[in-house]
Amino acid sequence: MPEIQNFTLNFGPQHPAAHGVLRLVLEMDGEVIERADPHIGLLHRATEKLAESKPYNQSIGYMDRLDYVSMMCNEHAYVLAMEKLLGLEAPIRAQYIRVMFDEITRILNHLMWLGAHALDIGAMTVFLYAFREREDLLDCYEAVSGARMHATYYRPGGVYRDLPGQMPRYQSSEWRSDADLSRLNEARAGSLLDFIESFTQRFPQRVDEYETLLTDNRIWKQRTVGIGVVEPERAISLGFSGPMLRGSGVEWDLRRKQPYEVYPDVDFDIPVGVNGDCYDRYLVRIEELRQSNWIVSQCVDWLRRNPGPVMTADYKLSPPSREEMKGDMEAMIHHFKLFTEGFCIPEGETYAAVEAPKGEFGIYLVSDGANKPYRLKIRAPGFVHLSAMDEMVRGHMLADVVAVIGTQDIVFGEVDR
Amino acid sequence: MAADSVVLADLVTESIGCDPEACRTHAGQLTVEVGTERLVEACRILRDDARLRFAQLVDLCAVDYLGYGEADWETSESASGAGFSRGVRERRPHGEAQTARRFALVYQLLSHEHNRRMRLRSFAVGDPPRIPSVVDVWPNANWFEREAFDLFGVLFEGHPDLRRILTDYGFIGHPFRKDFPLSGEVEMRYDPEKRRVVYEPVSIEARTLVPRVIRRETGRPLAPGDDNGA
Repeated sequence: MPEIQNFTLNFGPQHPAAHGVLRLVLEMDGEVIERADPHIGLLHRATEKLAESKPYNQSIGYMDRLDYVSMMCNEHAYVLAMEKLLGLEAPIRAQYIRVMFDEITRILNHLMWLGAHALDIGAMTVFLYAFREREDLLDCYEAVSGARMHATYYRPGGVYRDLPGQMPRYQSSEWRSDADLSRLNEARAGSLLDFIESFTQRFPQRVDEYETLLTDNRIWKQRTVGIGVVEPERAISLGFSGPMLRGSGVEWDLRRKQPYEVYPDVDFDIPVGVNGDCYDRYLVRIEELRQSNWIVSQCVDWLRRNPGPVMTADYKLSPPSREEMKGDMEAMIHHFKLFTEGFCIPEGETYAAVEAPKGEFGIYLVSDGANKPYRLKIRAPGFVHLSAMDEMVRGHMLADVVAVIGTQDIVFGEVDR
Repeated sequence: MAADSVVLADLVTESIGCDPEACRTHAGQLTVEVGTERLVEACRILRDDARLRFAQLVDLCAVDYLGYGEADWETSESASGAGFSRGVRERRPHGEAQTARRFALVYQLLSHEHNRRMRLRSFAVGDPPRIPSVVDVWPNANWFEREAFDLFGVLFEGHPDLRRILTDYGFIGHPFRKDFPLSGEVEMRYDPEKRRVVYEPVSIEARTLVPRVIRRETGRPLAPGDDNGA
């Protein structure tokens, strides 16, 4: 009888279920994984090194490009780190706007995760449904910042500008009938807040739709229940955070435990899993969709009632208005200094973390008093989760690798940085 | 937070038996410095002590202190003597400035049980810089240490599998060191004659668009309990 040897299988980097450019070298015994060795770095752009060569405010845009499905949460961590070292606090309205857009981002991210995860395991429809709602939220991004994805909306000391009073509408064109046009523009008659409010009203039914397709689906359960189980203590020592940790039953959410901005003032629940498998993590994220939606609607309510500034008035850190700049010499100087040299941050170091949709996204910032960061370290949740891949897939079948990649919610922009 | 970090500083100095001078608080966050010889022991105590329980290593990264606090421009004196050119040539700190306190490893720790964070710092010693690995204390240090090795060339003694992780297969050098140029050392292109991709020295000239300046006047009043960290 010939000797049976383990088979080494190369998975990716160009594989539709690899979520970008993951290369996995799998050592297989038949169809069972003996060892998984993820090879990462194919998307490495040295963001941290680039940030060291640029003034602080020019690196905000790089943050969008890290985890490119939860853009504003990444900006938030970076901006918070700068604000901590500057001893600065954003105006209350800006804090509500940030919380609202953090939660919009969470919905965006979880919809992307849901669609891609389900598509990997073989459910096509969810992907199409999820992208229908994503479109509305990306329009909100566009309305406030002008960009659908890479917003660069958060700035140290607040946000770039206040919410627009008019939601952009679809224009008539020869490819679109009048009936289509009026249907598309139905929710866009009023302001951005009106649009977001109408979204929060219809979104819970949409989540029900996704759940109808998946939660009790026999195939979905066969592919996720009991797959990639992580015990709570192990999840902590492996460095897990976010839904990966909560799926294992650890009640830990930075928005509650180490709150930032106005999270203490909004009401929401933290869903927690029991078994620590892919199915529980799915349930946790689905519930987070509902909770985020609830937070967004509270923020809309507050923002309607409380107008006010959205940016600090310190012209050393935020640009003066155009009008002021034209008439006032000092404002002109501030404007010039800010856009050529940038601002200096006093010497020191800090670590700022936010509860990003994927877990704890942190920025470790070292300043030596210059106008550029001395060292910027990005703590990406996906990097830590992916490092546990070997442990999570060992002993599972090849097809389960795809389920585990999906449940970890890997995005290579942040893993490779 | 400030009061809490003082309490934490006392607890940490008592349990790992370090010099209180090694504890610094900046912006409400505690940083403790330990020597490489006591690093693993200190980490184990921080993880296991019932009053501390830093069960999670949130982040581990290296910092290269070569050229810390140096600016490209000194504008305070002789500001208009000869005028400035817009582009400052990129300065490259020289590698021979191998000081004992060049590469620091920074460990961000989190205790879920007590809801506390702290930072541990340790300077790698020697050339190439060496430091003991903490993989046995926190398993997720594995990839973080591979990353620090890849980008800074710090050798972790006792690491089970110290390979490059982020850079290309066959990459030479450690790109996040301060003496490694931003534009890199090599560029690649397809050579139609050799019919393969070839690597050549970079042809683009490195330049700095915005010079690095240090200005002290934009300081903030330090909060009580803060001293100047770093």
